[in-house]
Amino acid sequence: MTSNFKHIALVALTAVCGAFSVPAFAQSGVGEGYQWLTFTTFAVVIAITMYVTYLAAKRVRSASDFYTAGGGVSGLQNGWAIAGDYLSAASFLGIAGLISLYGYDGFMYSVGWLVAYITVLLLIAEPCRNIGRYTLSDILSYRNDPRRTRIVGALSTVTVSTFYLTAQMVGGGVLVKTLIGINYETSVVCVGILMLLYVLFGGMVATTWVQIIKAVLLVCASVIIVMLVWAPYGFSLPAFLADVVADPKVQARVATLLGDPAKSMTAAELGQRFLEPGLYFKAPIDQISLGMALVFGTAGLPHILMRFFTVPTAQQARRSVVWAMAIIGGFYVLTLFLGFGAAKNVGPANIAAVDAGGNLAGPLLAQYIGGGPNSFFGNFMLAFVSAVAFATIVAVVAGLVLASASAMAHDLYVGVFRAGQEVSARGQVFAARVATVIVGAMSIGIGIACKGQNVAVLVGLAFAVAASANFPCVLLTLYWKRCNTGGIVAGILVGTIAAVGLTLVSPNLTYPLAVKAAAHKVLDAEPAKRSAAETAAASDDAAVAGKAKKDLAALDKAVAKAKADIAKWGDETTSFMGLEKPLFELKNPGLISIPLGFLAVLLGSLLFRDQRAEEMWNEVYARQNTGLRVSKSTAH
Amino acid sequence: MATNDPVDWDAIIRDPRFQQLHSRKTLFLWGLMVLSVVYYFLLPIGAAYFQDLMKIRVWGVINVGLLFALSEFVVAWAIALYYSRRAGREFDQLAAQIVADHAKSDKD
Repeated sequence: MTSNFKHIALVALTAVCGAFSVPAFAQSGVGEGYQWLTFTTFAVVIAITMYVTYLAAKRVRSASDFYTAGGGVSGLQNGWAIAGDYLSAASFLGIAGLISLYGYDGFMYSVGWLVAYITVLLLIAEPCRNIGRYTLSDILSYRNDPRRTRIVGALSTVTVSTFYLTAQMVGGGVLVKTLIGINYETSVVCVGILMLLYVLFGGMVATTWVQIIKAVLLVCASVIIVMLVWAPYGFSLPAFLADVVADPKVQARVATLLGDPAKSMTAAELGQRFLEPGLYFKAPIDQISLGMALVFGTAGLPHILMRFFTVPTAQQARRSVVWAMAIIGGFYVLTLFLGFGAAKNVGPANIAAVDAGGNLAGPLLAQYIGGGPNSFFGNFMLAFVSAVAFATIVAVVAGLVLASASAMAHDLYVGVFRAGQEVSARGQVFAARVATVIVGAMSIGIGIACKGQNVAVLVGLAFAVAASANFPCVLLTLYWKRCNTGGIVAGILVGTIAAVGLTLVSPNLTYPLAVKAAAHKVLDAEPAKRSAAETAAASDDAAVAGKAKKDLAALDKAVAKAKADIAKWGDETTSFMGLEKPLFELKNPGLISIPLGFLAVLLGSLLFRDQRAEEMWNEVYARQNTGLRVSKSTAH
Repeated sequence: MATNDPVDWDAIIRDPRFQQLHSRKTLFLWGLMVLSVVYYFLLPIGAAYFQDLMKIRVWGVINVGLLFALSEFVVAWAIALYYSRRAGREFDQLAAQIVADHAKSDKD
């Protein structure tokens, strides 16, 4: 295996680097003449992770090595790996972007992602380590009918991981395309091939190290940028924020967001408004629903649960969550500076012009801080942050593919299809590798097929299913004596169907009638706006005329978009689901689907009483609390 | 793995030390859990329904809302550290004693 590996790795490395050297830098964020810097930085980061994979490949012999790195990861290492797994492109680039565009609300959004780990720490991590071995289904099936619970557990693992994976692939493809200018399909294929190499040859050992390396690079890059942004203010928070709110670019952004009410506000009031809630979250109930999905969903994410099987004991599992919370929380505090720093230095309008979701706030700030688009250091910083973003996507995707592959190979193949038969260590690893290739190929296909999909909806869905299906089942099988097979099957099915179903009829989908109504409104208002702007453009005051010209350009853009929307939707009146308007008003289904998931586990367990599950309760409860007989993660 | 198991799980559950571990842990864990969930949801609720309070400036341009959001981080870290301290000092030792007594036949 290892001799093959060297050869294949070399070929792949050449292929991946080759893809980047295609001269397609037309829309690139990197300055002219600095592309070589991007290649070098990317090549160095990829080469380091490849070398680690090469070392790891020698150590992967059993299923336990492949799925859980043989249980030999320390708490500190696992803490960094969890942070690497969790700080996906969405949270690392997305939150800084939200802060740069919407101020306070973006920062408030980041809080839920950290608080989620309290649930993991207090209720989930240690019992799971004491009871489980490789997968979520190991916990669900412990005192239940292994066949049924493994099938539903694998189903929900693959569902959650696929939503999350698709979001990473689509978001990553767009990001790599914007940052370094290669086309979308090529970047998805590059991410897919690299990830496959890590997982296929290095299993969990390589995946863990890639996540650790990426998390360390990410934190280092952020600390350097924050130091450079904050130093001019003598590291004073009020002085830094006072300068942010005094910036005309920030004030203009708030005026745009507020619309008419902004006309009666002074410049200082507009700036201060950037630090107050309500610019992003309009319906409070939406935010509470999303908060529930985050806080309970994280504890049900299969690729996060899997990380707790890589440490030897419950104590190390606990340590790893505490470390992860320190790293993740510290990073989110840094995003406060990245986001506000980007708003002040780059400007919200410029950030939104490159990417409407603000995802490039961090990289653009890095370029600015280094000296701008025409300087060596500015382009080096941009290239470095881009390489870290790329490594982030690859590392997160690797973790997700490993979780899906383990559900298919360990739960379905070994646990269900070959139930009762002895599968050799080699056979298990082989099954795991075959499953990895299948999931990896699927993820590349899905990534390309889902080009242009709404990434935020997919991430929200992954958390909603994890919170509504997996979390109630895991929690109740660990803490409720009467929980049994009926409850687990009902909980997974009802939770998954409720979360997916409610999302399909939610305002997240496109409703042609609403889109066309908005477009007509723009067109109706156009003549009045145009004549006002044209009058102003003729003004002698250069400032007024300049602003009016900008307004005219914006108006032209809005009209073109409105006309395109009307043409695009034609006579269509219903959404993908055949609805004229949303049936359900919440953007995230958590508020409804999480209680439904819990209810299903309760009712399912009470309706289909199971003597054996209750008799085994003492064993489950004693074992999860004492760690007695903890799985040594040796291959059977 | 559960079959052919020499460990008498029922005896562990009956062990007064296990009962003690169970009652202490239950109260402590769920108490902290409720505290953290309540404190977390105060933030979106405050941002939605108590905007006037969140807007009060306390330190230069820094307002109550920003300090509250920052305090969420401090509270989350404090809960994590408090739990891991107490678990490491108290729960782990109780569990280790129970394991030592009940795993004598366990030659794994």
